[in-house]
Amino acid sequence: MFEMTDESKYALNVHDLTVAYDFKPVLWDIHLQVPEGVLMAIVGPNGAGKSTLIKAILGIQKKIAGTVEIFGKPYEKMRKEVAYVPQKGTVDWDFPTTAFDVVKMGTYGELGWFRRPSKKQKIAALEALEKVGMLPFKNRQISQLSGGQQQRIFLARALVQNASIYIMDEPFQGVDATTEIAIINILKELRSSGKTLVVVHHDLQTIPEYFDWVTFLNVKKIATGPIKEIFNDENLAKTYGINYKVTINK
Amino acid sequence: MILPQFEIQIVASLVAIACAIIGVFLVLRKMSLISDAISHSILLGIVLGFFITHDLNSPVLILFAALVGVLTVVLVEFIQKTKLVKEDTAIGLVFPALFSIGIILISTNASDIHLDIDAVLLGELAFAPFDRFIVMDYDLGPKSVWIMGGILLIIVVSLFLFYKELKVTTFDPGLSAVLGISPILIHYGLMSISSITIVGAFDAVGAILVVAFIIVPASTAYLITDNLRKMLIYSVAFGVISAILGYWLAFILDASIAGAMTAVLGLIFILVYLIAPKHGFLSNLSLQKRQAKEVKMLTLLLHLNSLNDGIENEEREIKHLYRHFRWTKKQANSILKFAEENGMIEIDKELIFLTNKGKEFSAKAIDYIITNRDDKIEGMKNEFMLFRG
Amino acid sequence: MDIFEYISLIFTDYTIRNISLGTGALGAICGVLGSFAVLRKESLLGDAISHAALPGIVLAFMITQAKDNYVLLIGAIISGLIGTLLISGIVTNTRLKKDAALGIVLSVFFGFGMLLLTFIQKNPDATQAGLDKYLFGQAATLMENDVKLLSIVLGLSLLVLLMFWKELKVALFDSDYAKSIGIKTRFLDSLISFFIVLAIVLGLQTVGVVLMSAMLLAPAAAARQWTNRLYVMLIIAAILGVISGVVGTAVSTTYNNLSTGPVIVVIAILIVIISFLFSPKRGLLMRQILFIRSRKKIEQTKVLLLMYNIAKTHDDVGHPHSNKILNNFQGIGKNVLKSLENQGWIKVNEGMWLMTEKGFNYAEELNKGITL
Repeated sequence: MFEMTDESKYALNVHDLTVAYDFKPVLWDIHLQVPEGVLMAIVGPNGAGKSTLIKAILGIQKKIAGTVEIFGKPYEKMRKEVAYVPQKGTVDWDFPTTAFDVVKMGTYGELGWFRRPSKKQKIAALEALEKVGMLPFKNRQISQLSGGQQQRIFLARALVQNASIYIMDEPFQGVDATTEIAIINILKELRSSGKTLVVVHHDLQTIPEYFDWVTFLNVKKIATGPIKEIFNDENLAKTYGINYKVTINK
Repeated sequence: MILPQFEIQIVASLVAIACAIIGVFLVLRKMSLISDAISHSILLGIVLGFFITHDLNSPVLILFAALVGVLTVVLVEFIQKTKLVKEDTAIGLVFPALFSIGIILISTNASDIHLDIDAVLLGELAFAPFDRFIVMDYDLGPKSVWIMGGILLIIVVSLFLFYKELKVTTFDPGLSAVLGISPILIHYGLMSISSITIVGAFDAVGAILVVAFIIVPASTAYLITDNLRKMLIYSVAFGVISAILGYWLAFILDASIAGAMTAVLGLIFILVYLIAPKHGFLSNLSLQKRQAKEVKMLTLLLHLNSLNDGIENEEREIKHLYRHFRWTKKQANSILKFAEENGMIEIDKELIFLTNKGKEFSAKAIDYIITNRDDKIEGMKNEFMLFRG
Repeated sequence: MDIFEYISLIFTDYTIRNISLGTGALGAICGVLGSFAVLRKESLLGDAISHAALPGIVLAFMITQAKDNYVLLIGAIISGLIGTLLISGIVTNTRLKKDAALGIVLSVFFGFGMLLLTFIQKNPDATQAGLDKYLFGQAATLMENDVKLLSIVLGLSLLVLLMFWKELKVALFDSDYAKSIGIKTRFLDSLISFFIVLAIVLGLQTVGVVLMSAMLLAPAAAARQWTNRLYVMLIIAAILGVISGVVGTAVSTTYNNLSTGPVIVVIAILIVIISFLFSPKRGLLMRQILFIRSRKKIEQTKVLLLMYNIAKTHDDVGHPHSNKILNNFQGIGKNVLKSLENQGWIKVNEGMWLMTEKGFNYAEELNKGITL
């Protein structure tokens, strides 16, 4: 009883998550509690298990142990509350489909088997496209889009889901400066409207500017919390293993 | 054993060795299926050569066949460059096209001459001893022996001359450019020699067996080692063994020699697949089970490690295991037993405590996990699969 | 006989009608299911499975002692499915890659099948007869029942596709994302694999082993060039498949010596070549035209800017200059001058050129754009 109400206040609650493959431990005993309404970055060196963490949370990657709860309930029951934005590079962009089609895919979870996207879903998709500035490109074949445009489409697809939690894997990788700014503004807007955002991020320099929470990860969770408290040299050193000095440009 | 039987096995062994060597490089370069493609499309070359010479035994046929083999590679790469379709789609389009043209040419123009398509595809080793190489009234043995022998000689010489280049371009193409070795030259050299080998071999053993001899022994070897030299040796060994055993299998069953040799190749592959020490399927299975157990145990230990000493925390309760780790009762019991057996924990009234050994172990494990440095777990590697990496 | 005779025969002659319907249905199946194979990057799976089916056929015969088509078909399907499982198994559990796995299954299964076949049929001619049909297909032996079966399978696959359309689309395009929204990707993958094996096995008796790979790929590869929408691609692939089947059969029937398989494949691949060259969206011809056009445009811009910089130095921008001035700079031919004149940006007269006002303004805008 006591546990339930305490834990359900967290948007995302990960307990004892452990993943190992190919005889190597990749994620160990991860405890991660993310409160509602934060814009959080997950950082760590290459091979730290950041993508794996995301995939394990979403049930895409098999885990050896651990539980994942969304607002106090098991993840499998709460899929509709979570929107995933995978890494751009995992997809074949020569696939025959348009930007509009990709965004419409975001409505499939809500539709369930056998139903087709109706006017309502199409309008939602168009609105999402507008939001990310891709409406003029809606009928463009995705292979003709630039890296930044592709990333926007992925974001639009997630927006359509109307979820409470967004989980994104390196959304700023390989993206032009304008797109980066556009995306982070959308994310901040989402945060202001009460959404929770978990973002795997590769660029330490921009963290204080973009995010309000951070989680340091390197196979184990090193630290998590508000930027002011957690984003410091000590944690950086623990995570990256060297004397990392970060000047925070205000 | 009578002479023809002996000769058949010699021919087969020569084919096996030649194909095994080429196969190693094709498999490592992920180009195995180009051998399948070439082995089918060279039919066209044979047909064209036949139209020109009207002589089934003319070496022109082999020449044309080899040329078509290289043409196949060129066409496939041309299509791949256009990026209109994916790599393997290109292969799947080119060889049936060339093969079909070959068949159509045969049916329309040469139906009076029996160009036995089945023999072409399936080969007939049984006839090898009868086709002899006669020079000035001296019977020098089956023609196939000379042809395959010649090809094998070319292969071995090329292997010696270009071993370094082949190795670098196969394992580290980027480096090869830096070293001034042209990967393209090596690539086309390999393709040409493969083409010639396939042509020479399939006269004796047919298209399918050539593909089998190229891909299967090399793949089997790859299951055992990733050292190039060893792989070549194993590959050749598997090829020759299959050739000889296969022959006798066909003899006993009175069935197709090519089929029998392929079946033996497959059998050896499956055996190695199942039981190979490091990468075999069965050993993987048992290792995985053991690994899963160890990982769970380590999870438990690390969890305990993070709790404060001596405090009777509800997190120490055995019941906690079910709830938080989502382990079943059976799983939890087996892990607890495992941990106890290894002296890592003590159980006192439903609460679990770390022993000193357990604490030490956890500390070292954490160190290793964070820093990824092998020296942290030196002592533990032998006991625990988990850290063997 | 000529083409019109043949077309009328399709309606009147039982055999020809059957064969046309049969190869047409097969073509459609290959077009639709082949699209999935191509998009899943499993193009050569068709090649592997067609070879892998042989032992199943022989074993089915050995067990039942019946040359009943359906029994053999079931044997082929089982053998094909086992082959598929083995291929995945090899890729997942070892360090061998897809190409090696396909090659191993392809050659070993087929060789094993050969072993069995020659073992049970001691008479070499009988072996050849059986193998011939399997290797090259014999569309001429398609019976009404075969056509019915093909149509049923076509109908079933279309039904399944319709039911699971959007799930299949996401699963194909982005399987991680699909899993995250709760789509059962493994079930869908297995479903499609099953139908592909089915299609291949059915096609064997028409087109034969070696060529089945092409039948699965060609309509889809061609269709891809004409559209960027998935469902349109499937429709076009089906149509192209039907055309290949029917036309191929027609051609091979008219010339009695040809077996159907190779002709169908050649037609299918001709369609691919035409698509590669002439498709307005991706075709190589179009690519070349666009490339040349853009190169011309760049050249024109260079020349125009050059002229602009020269004209700028005079108070009267329309001041004529000798063509010879341009000769100091590379690559300015009469053609470029002509096209610049045609667009009204310059006037050329007796070896002299001058900029029009329109041309000068245009060049000024260009210049601004570039230096910005």
